[in-house]
Amino acid sequence: MDLITVSGPPSSGKTSVIIKTIESFLQRGVKVGVVKFDCLYTDDDELYEKIGVPVKKGLSGSLCPDHYFVSNIEEVVEWGNKKGLDLLITESAGLCNRCSPYIKDIKAICVIDNLSGINTPKKIGPMLKSADMVVITKGDIVSQAEREVFAMKVQSVNPKATIMHINGLNGQGAYELSTLMYDKDQNIITLEGRRLRFSMPSALCSYCLGETRIGKAHQMGNVRKIDLSD
Amino acid sequence: MPSIKQLKELTINELFDKYPYSKDFMLDHHIPFEGKENLIVDEVLDTIDEEHAEDQAIDVEKFKEQLIEYINLMLSFLGEEDESQTEVTILPGFYKDGSRENYDRLTIKSGEIICIVGPTGSGKSRLLADIEWAANYDTPTKRTVLINGNTLDTKERFSSSNKLVAQLSQNMNFVMDLTVEEFLDLHATSRLVENKEDVIISIFNKANELAGEQFKLTTPITSLSGGQSRALMIADTAILSKSPIVLIDEIENAGIDREKALDLLVSEDKIVLMATHDPILALMGDKRIIINNGGIEKIVDTTEDELNILSKLKRLDRIMLTMRNKLRYGEQLEFEEEI
Repeated sequence: MDLITVSGPPSSGKTSVIIKTIESFLQRGVKVGVVKFDCLYTDDDELYEKIGVPVKKGLSGSLCPDHYFVSNIEEVVEWGNKKGLDLLITESAGLCNRCSPYIKDIKAICVIDNLSGINTPKKIGPMLKSADMVVITKGDIVSQAEREVFAMKVQSVNPKATIMHINGLNGQGAYELSTLMYDKDQNIITLEGRRLRFSMPSALCSYCLGETRIGKAHQMGNVRKIDLSD
Repeated sequence: MPSIKQLKELTINELFDKYPYSKDFMLDHHIPFEGKENLIVDEVLDTIDEEHAEDQAIDVEKFKEQLIEYINLMLSFLGEEDESQTEVTILPGFYKDGSRENYDRLTIKSGEIICIVGPTGSGKSRLLADIEWAANYDTPTKRTVLINGNTLDTKERFSSSNKLVAQLSQNMNFVMDLTVEEFLDLHATSRLVENKEDVIISIFNKANELAGEQFKLTTPITSLSGGQSRALMIADTAILSKSPIVLIDEIENAGIDREKALDLLVSEDKIVLMATHDPILALMGDKRIIINNGGIEKIVDTTEDELNILSKLKRLDRIMLTMRNKLRYGEQLEFEEEI
């Protein structure tokens, strides 16, 4: 089974792009399954069910979603193998822009949209910087110039990535993306011993542990102060 | 071509002198180089303190590779000769039902306008996607698209600085919070244009020629009218976009001189492919492609007779426009005189 991790900011079009891509996989007889990671709520699993692919969802709830992802990915791979998939796609929303779920030597796609603003590529950390492919969506509603400028900005934070423009509504480009996503010779049985591409932020403070009170007396662990001096 | 080795030989200042764009790249990646400009690049990178690296999510080894990659990318971007003459050839593939498309080969040259007609859902977008991707018997239609007689290799296909196709469509909007001038400046900067001021002015003037109502360099792009936006997009694409092929999905009649717009694109040696339902636009093309059931059914040259009809249609169009303007400015229409 081949594995690919897709992530990107909320509402950038990850699910639409994946669904359009899966449609072209299904036509070619490639067996695809999806595991959707989210934080509080998602009904995207229903969209995947609708097109008839095996799907599981995981909600991280009170945990950091990317930490939750890493703690579960091994079992997710097991599930995919048990289902006899050719390709397992994981989808997760990058929420703080500092984490990324990418694993060394496992293909990683970041989905980002043209409407998110010209400085957004700079604001997104490892999720964009260390992706192998960057899919840019919503190009059908902005001007050619903005598309070109946006693609340049993406290229300048991640010069190595393959950049693709995909229309998540009509699927333009999705077939092409599918040819890059799946490698039938990949056979991933387990992720045991593999490593993340990038460490997650080192945050462990009293608020991580459920503290709700405000004030110095209640702050412990990894605390940093904003510089407010004149 | 720079290599990792050069990072061990050049100082930060020398790097910036040699590759000016590398400074922005370093800034974008939050590399702390201030005050260390006379030190060797490699040393500066290797001595980034761990806390800063973790804070800014910098992976030093990876950054070195990316820096080299970026410089190479910019070098190839700058070094490319603008190939003004492009020829696109489409070889037949298959209809949705598996039968073969019924044409020999279709060759389109720079400066030609080709219209694409056919019912909605007939396969127009797939044809456009085949061209955009330079299909090589590896898309659902199994068409082959040759650029200047050759298929493209994978690298050329995915190069984002080298995109074949620029797109313009009815539902596109400007979304940036910039004035016309700032916007054009940003686009020109990203294209590394040398004579930026001249280019900006020439786009601005052309756009105003195409638009019914005039706008200023200081007008925010988000407050341009539909016609003005379209005009600016077309002028900008014609003059600044590097892509040799322009795909147009309908241009609305209101607020823009469509004939002038097409003339502008053609004069910049673009290949124009235009999907349209409008008979005037369809006849403005040198040829039209008729699409049905997912395949190219026919390729028709615009005939002499059709050109005569076109001039009549244009006259009708002008009458409509005059009436529209009269109504807009509070005049009354009189049937006999108008038609």
